[in-house]
Amino acid sequence: MSRILIIILLSALWADILYARSPEDNPADNPLEKIPFDPGAFIFDHIGDAYEWHLFDINGRHYSVSLPVILYSREKGLNIFMSHKFQHGKATYRDFRIITDGPEKGKIRVVLEDGTVDPDAARPVDISITKNVAGMFFAAFVMMFIFLVIGKRYQRNPNLPPRGIQSLFEPLILFVVDDIVKPAIGEKKYIAFLPYLLTLFFFIWINNMMGLIPIFPMGANVTGNISVTAGLALTSFLVINLSGNRQYWQHILNTPHVPILLKLPIPIMPVIEIVGIITKPFVLMVRLFANITAGHIITMGFFTLIFIFGQVSPAFGYGGAVLATGFGIFITFLELLVALIQAYVFTLLTSLFIGMAVDDGH
Amino acid sequence: MDLITPDFGLFFWMLVTFSLVFVILKKFAWKPIVQALKERELNIQEGIENAREARNELENVKVKSEKIISESIVERDQLIRQGREIKEALITEARTQAEAEAKKMVDLAKKHIEEEKIAAINQIKLQIASLSVEIAERILRKNLKDDRQQKELMNSLLDEFILN
Repeated sequence: MSRILIIILLSALWADILYARSPEDNPADNPLEKIPFDPGAFIFDHIGDAYEWHLFDINGRHYSVSLPVILYSREKGLNIFMSHKFQHGKATYRDFRIITDGPEKGKIRVVLEDGTVDPDAARPVDISITKNVAGMFFAAFVMMFIFLVIGKRYQRNPNLPPRGIQSLFEPLILFVVDDIVKPAIGEKKYIAFLPYLLTLFFFIWINNMMGLIPIFPMGANVTGNISVTAGLALTSFLVINLSGNRQYWQHILNTPHVPILLKLPIPIMPVIEIVGIITKPFVLMVRLFANITAGHIITMGFFTLIFIFGQVSPAFGYGGAVLATGFGIFITFLELLVALIQAYVFTLLTSLFIGMAVDDGH
Repeated sequence: MDLITPDFGLFFWMLVTFSLVFVILKKFAWKPIVQALKERELNIQEGIENAREARNELENVKVKSEKIISESIVERDQLIRQGREIKEALITEARTQAEAEAKKMVDLAKKHIEEEKIAAINQIKLQIASLSVEIAERILRKNLKDDRQQKELMNSLLDEFILN
């Protein structure tokens, strides 16, 4: 109970930063009637990252949670401020502004007085706590909470049957250990890789699941972001190659049973193998990103149908809402499955690659 | 922010978060969990093994006890038979002995009786003899008070002897 209280308090803290700014001077106007609805922008706004956590609009007012912006540039030093200073990207603060169009749309740049990008200023290093970072923090917090509680319980009485949340996660842990890691890496060496692979599996899975719950502080499209999957792929790349033994590197640099001509004047095989080292995590990165993003796009697509129909006539919109919600629920159930499958695939492939890297040969 | 361009900030925070989660969970969650699961697995395996052993043991004990029971039944029967034989032998022996003893005693008694009888007869004879002598004496005394009577007696006696 006390933990739940902490979470509520934490969200209350966030809500304290909650703010509302009107983008229009006449908020009573219904923007849906004036501005034509753009489903593409709507969808990509939802699956993309942002400096503020948009919650909902009421009468054209945006209600968002303000998030910390952390910028560093040589000229301006370290700048930390809350993102509501940008007023939903409409204001310049300390010469920083969110670019609204062009190839750098959505990024923060140093601007001149008139609001155009300062060509002399360097790009600031931007480690802001964006929507995705905040969502990921929350997922990490939940994950640590769950597994620290479970871990303590296991430590205290290892021989008792699992209880409560422990019995929910024990089959998953056993699934990862016995069905993914053990067969892929082998009975002798799998123990050392378990902590990483378990963290990987549950990090992906919990973030995937969080992405499906459209209620603050969940619903950020964390694992559907290429930066996150790139980070995961990088860890996977490092673990695979740092654990590679002599046999593995010999296979890459001097592949046995291959004609010498493929290696010597032009090192075709080594180049192919080295490309292979990089493509493995690259494929992991793209697969996770594409699957999760696709799921979000499809779900959002069904929900935009409501507004597209609604623009034709309100009755059509309500009718479409029933249909679209049905489809949306169906896709969400599918996404629940995809969330687990993608975590499984990422972990399984990483385990298999580790298994290849530590294989002693036959 | 573009969809497929990695963003440095998010990438940075991702690595930081993931590393922290990894380090903390490795120390406080995965190690105890994996260890406990392994321990439990071993425990269960051991339990199954123990149960199987105990069952085997029980089976052995059952077989053994059955064997012991059947053996003891055979032994008991043997003992009973032996006892019966001994009893019968004892009884017959005792009977023959008793019979012999009884016979001996009877014989002895008979002998005694015979002896007693003889002794008694002898005594009776003696007594009869002395009585007859006495009677004879008295008769003689009475009868021989006169000569005639003496003569008469003598004659009768003589007759008697002659007759005899």
